[in-house]
Amino acid sequence: MDSQSILQINDLKVSFYSGERYIPAVDGITFELKDGEILGIVGESGSGKSVTSLAAMGLIPSPPGKVEEGCILFEGKDLTTLREKEWRKVRGNQISMIFQEPMTSLNPLFTIGNQLAEAIALHTKQSKAEGVKRCTELLRLVGIPRAEGILQEYPHQLSGGMRQRVMIAMAMACNPRVLIADEPTTALDVTIQAQILSLMKDLNRKTHTSIILITHDLGIVAEICDRVIVMYAGQIVEQGDVRTILKTPKHPYTEGLLRSVPDLRGKRERLYSIPGNVPAPGSIPKGCRFAPRCDSAFGKCHEAAPPIYKTGSDGHGVRCFLHKVGEESGEHVGLPS
Amino acid sequence: MLTYTARRLLSLIPVLFGMTLVVFAIIHAIPGDPAQVILGQRATKEAIETLTRELGLDRPWYIQYFDYIKSLFTGDLGTSLRTRGPINQEIWPYLAATLELTGAAMFIAVLIGVNAGIISAWYSNSWFDYTAMILALIGVSMPIFWLGLMEQWAFSIQLGWLPTTGREDVRDPITAITNLYLVDTLIQGRPDQFITALKHLILPSVALATIPMAIIARMTRSTMLEVMKADYIRTARAKGLGMFWVVYKHSLKNAIIPVLTVIGLQTGLLLGGAILTETIFGWPGIGRYLYDAIGYRDYPVIQSGILIIAAIFVFINLIVDLLYALVDPRIKYNQ
Ligand SMILES: Nc1ncnc2c1ncn2[C@@H]1O[C@H](COP(=O)(O)OP(=O)(O)OP(=O)(O)O)[C@@H](O)[C@H]1O
Ligand code: SF4
Ligand SMILES: [Mg+2]
Repeated sequence: MDSQSILQINDLKVSFYSGERYIPAVDGITFELKDGEILGIVGESGSGKSVTSLAAMGLIPSPPGKVEEGCILFEGKDLTTLREKEWRKVRGNQISMIFQEPMTSLNPLFTIGNQLAEAIALHTKQSKAEGVKRCTELLRLVGIPRAEGILQEYPHQLSGGMRQRVMIAMAMACNPRVLIADEPTTALDVTIQAQILSLMKDLNRKTHTSIILITHDLGIVAEICDRVIVMYAGQIVEQGDVRTILKTPKHPYTEGLLRSVPDLRGKRERLYSIPGNVPAPGSIPKGCRFAPRCDSAFGKCHEAAPPIYKTGSDGHGVRCFLHKVGEESGEHVGLPS
Repeated sequence: MLTYTARRLLSLIPVLFGMTLVVFAIIHAIPGDPAQVILGQRATKEAIETLTRELGLDRPWYIQYFDYIKSLFTGDLGTSLRTRGPINQEIWPYLAATLELTGAAMFIAVLIGVNAGIISAWYSNSWFDYTAMILALIGVSMPIFWLGLMEQWAFSIQLGWLPTTGREDVRDPITAITNLYLVDTLIQGRPDQFITALKHLILPSVALATIPMAIIARMTRSTMLEVMKADYIRTARAKGLGMFWVVYKHSLKNAIIPVLTVIGLQTGLLLGGAILTETIFGWPGIGRYLYDAIGYRDYPVIQSGILIIAAIFVFINLIVDLLYALVDPRIKYNQ
């Protein structure tokens, strides 16, 4: 099942300037997105999920942020060397993104039609009539029935779920190869959440768009993702096949996350939460970044930083000394060798 | 939009009535006998009686007010005590001069102020931003009469580029049609006179524009900075939109709403406060007209002047409100 990789991120380091120095928020991340797959990225707040995805869009706010190291290969081409003008041809065209807050992600002063048409017109040469046709087509694609009416409406006239559908339609306007969804359902209630997720799964199947889905919720990952990356304090701590990771998590952090999801593994236990907080960038502990919160931590954990160990043939990798048995693969787990 | 406009117009009626009441009360606020005060200590008894009758002061006040309103409805503003002419005809050339001056000043203030604010926000903390904001700070605290005198000294006396005072070349007077000289000269096909009128307009309108320009620039910068952090701006960029359109389409439309309020307020202030500039630049505007009327204690003229300026003020507010609704579709629904 080894399909082609469409987006490949190597050793990415993104830092933000604060006061007198650059502090890394994402610190040496390596992963790939395969053609047509849905890749989940999970992790607590502040672990660097959004920063990673914004980097892939060339949208790291600068100043204060900057991509310090690493490369982002899209179809083999490094995006980090692009100039703003070239980035614009990638954004919304080849890589699109949708955001957490459908309430505030659409401009309140322009009609849905205007904002959709803008997305289309930016990357395609179409007549106005063709543009309108494409708009209604897109709205149908994302399951909005009365498409013609919606085009004349303003964002405040739509519900949160509708707005997120519009956002998805906008992101799909130019048939992107990659869709990055940064917590697309967090702000929505449960039923709407399920609808949006199944819509994304649908789009993935129908249009073969690869999706990166960022979420806090392992339940969502279990439902629609093929592979998953677990992030902690700006690093990847575990990655691999969704089924493998959910069934046999190796990293103590992943285990902790799984235990804090009710019902996922059948039995209902008291809702667990990992004690402590993600260390803020700039106050990263020496040794394993998770050590202060880890139940299994031992001497070495406080001294050296663990690399990622490969624990299986399917690209499953874990950044934890407990799994040293496997082949040490440095930062490059998951890359085709 | 139509119903909204109609509703806003209706809501003006009580305001306008209130204004007439206040203006009407001005003459009654004079301590003692108004006619005596107007005519002075050495007036004869007959003269005072004639004026009392002429002003209708011998009748009960509610009749007087009713008559006042009635004549206002027919567009009659009364008679000037000084010139004995009908005020509604006399006042227009002065009002037009002021409108032309204020209009030009606001044009400059909005054009430069808004753009300076936008570019400052776009390139915040750049040298442009710093320079513009320091200039704006100087601008808001600049005494206008001093600025006016400096302009005259530099551009008229030293460089000789622009005339010091007046609206036109006295040796080649402009034939008034609308009394807006930029319009009149164009209607009459006199580009030479148009240039002359424009040259006369530059110095006073720049002086008058300085403070509003500075205020508008600072306001625009701060609202733009706020708006550019919004999620929908990130969405616009994620679509692949270039910064120019992100700024001038998506950000500006959102940022301009609070700026509109400031523009409206400043326009009103300029109309009422142009008198200083008009005096320095010998501009025959409403400020000058009222100033002279006050000197002669020409109460009907004073009343009419105040009424007209107040009415324009209200009218500008109405326009600002309507512009709000035009820019922001949520406004109509939220009321
Ligand atoms: N604009 C910024 N300026 C300074 N620091 C930033 C900025 N954006 C992100 N960071 C830093 O990067 C860290 C990671 O942020 P990021 O938004 O990627 O977290 P996240 O995993 O997406 O969290 P959440 O689940 O809350 O969205 C933050 O803790 C913050 O310190
Ligand atoms: S390396 Fe040590 S501290 Fe880090 S997760 Fe593994 S056991 Fe815990
Ligand atoms: Mg985030």
